[in-house]
Amino acid sequence: MHRTSGVDARVKPGHDGWGRSLVNQFRANIHGWLLLLPAAVLLAAFTHYPAVATLWHSFFSTPKGNRPARFIGLDQYQTMLEDPIFWIALKNNLVFAAATIPLSIVLAILMALWVNEKIVGRGLLRLAFFTPTMLPMIAVANIWLFFYTPDYGLLDQIRGLFGLPAWNWLGSRDTALWCLIAVTVWKEAGFFMIFYLAALQQISPDLAEAAAIEGTGRWTFFRRVTFPLLMPTTLFVLINAVINAFRLVDHVVVMTRGGPDNATSLLLFYIYEIGFKFWDLGYAAAVTMVLLAVLAIVACFQFFYLDRRIHYQ
Amino acid sequence: MTGLGRPSPLGAALNTLAAWLLGILWVLPLVYAVWTAFHPAEFSTRFVPTAPLTLQNFEAAWAAAPFPRYFLNSFLLVTGILAGQLVLCTLAAYAFARFKFRGSAIAFALVLLQLMIMPDVLIVENYRTMHALNLVDTVTAMALPYVASAFGIFLLRQAFKSVPKELEEAARIEGCGTLGILWRVYVPLARPVYVAYALVSISYHWNNFLWPLIVTNSVDTRPLTVGLAVFASTDQGIDWSIITAATLLAAGPLLVAFLIFQRQFVQSFLRAGIR
Repeated sequence: MHRTSGVDARVKPGHDGWGRSLVNQFRANIHGWLLLLPAAVLLAAFTHYPAVATLWHSFFSTPKGNRPARFIGLDQYQTMLEDPIFWIALKNNLVFAAATIPLSIVLAILMALWVNEKIVGRGLLRLAFFTPTMLPMIAVANIWLFFYTPDYGLLDQIRGLFGLPAWNWLGSRDTALWCLIAVTVWKEAGFFMIFYLAALQQISPDLAEAAAIEGTGRWTFFRRVTFPLLMPTTLFVLINAVINAFRLVDHVVVMTRGGPDNATSLLLFYIYEIGFKFWDLGYAAAVTMVLLAVLAIVACFQFFYLDRRIHYQ
Repeated sequence: MTGLGRPSPLGAALNTLAAWLLGILWVLPLVYAVWTAFHPAEFSTRFVPTAPLTLQNFEAAWAAAPFPRYFLNSFLLVTGILAGQLVLCTLAAYAFARFKFRGSAIAFALVLLQLMIMPDVLIVENYRTMHALNLVDTVTAMALPYVASAFGIFLLRQAFKSVPKELEEAARIEGCGTLGILWRVYVPLARPVYVAYALVSISYHWNNFLWPLIVTNSVDTRPLTVGLAVFASTDQGIDWSIITAATLLAAGPLLVAFLIFQRQFVQSFLRAGIR
């Protein structure tokens, strides 16, 4: 990290150089911390404190009525390990992540390659791909809910054209999670597309020219030249996609409420249910710790692995 | 064309066709929603080109729930958060960009932590805090966890670091204090970054749902997203045309702004994303 100093670097040589340097350093400390203070207070109150408090509260029972919270050690975690719904939610979330992340990244690359070419209607295509990004997930969920409605939703109407029977897309354990995955991919791919598009525009056209002269096939060119050059973008998008896979549950709340039979419950949604439906805040804290652990792993991966391998700028 | 090599004419045609198929697939849900919202209920799933257009669904939705109030709440929430973010992030970013103070490296790492562990996942403990502060069901409670934004601090710090030192020296010689320099030199030079950050922040918070859902429980504080969810779920009997119209109402302001200022929005997301 190259942090250049503003105030203390301006020490002029002279007989009082040391004294002024100390004064300047003192001033830099005071000014720096005063400028940071308002943001630091709010960050500490709503990010750092709650993260630590989650751990602390996960060792306590939930206060009920006139019974105050008492220390119960690892009991909440014991409960969690024996809670089948927790395992279902965790498994669902992993499936959700494993499906949405690669799907939206592959589609994003494909979209970016298309709208980077001189294709007919390029502007309209870009607009079509990006627009879902601007919609609230709640609105998106409402629209897709109608899409999936048995019998007279668009999906079943299309099935009807082929003589297939109606299907309860969101009501069936086999399809409900995949319906949510489709919605998420639809919403995210266009957002990731713009990062790939920007990266593609940085790639020199000379490379394609040279490849064409050499007679390199399109797929080979993509695999050997374009894709490696897009790697920093892919990793950036990957980190964001992973975080989103564990952070975004708006569509679960609107479309399925975790059902049928917890088939679409994701970790954060389950935390929301434990905390604000059953008001079991102690147990909710323990499950939140799992979510925080997942995010901590992502953070470590980025800080210790990626930042060493990729040189931004 | 840079991403792939040169295609054959047939390949190019297939390529265009595939791109258009995906494009159509991508707008289909939205087109479907617009169709349903602007046609009478009996045409909501019958796609007859001669179906009469109507605004009645919008009128019905507007009358069925306190949408004006929800709009006001969303507006207050988004502007409140943005105003707070601009002030706090500017100050903090200036500290990180231009002051070599004790503990700045650790402080910066602690700030960046919020990029991973966002308030979105700390709902349980933040609810406890809001409850203890007696702030549940206020716009303040919805806004507070997001005001000190690590993302904003990071973005502005980068911008401030690229400002030439000489400008600061000149302002200092003219008698500007620390805040004077920030206001007269750094803030004006970082204007494009402010615009980018503002657009990203507005889109994020206009669309945010889970935390507002948890921390509000009355019409007087609910933002549009929560209002829409309550509207669509409590009135099960209501028909899809009206729900879809309400959905478009809620998404409308941002969508229209995006369609008008497409380039600025996309540029902003890019600027904000590439660190």
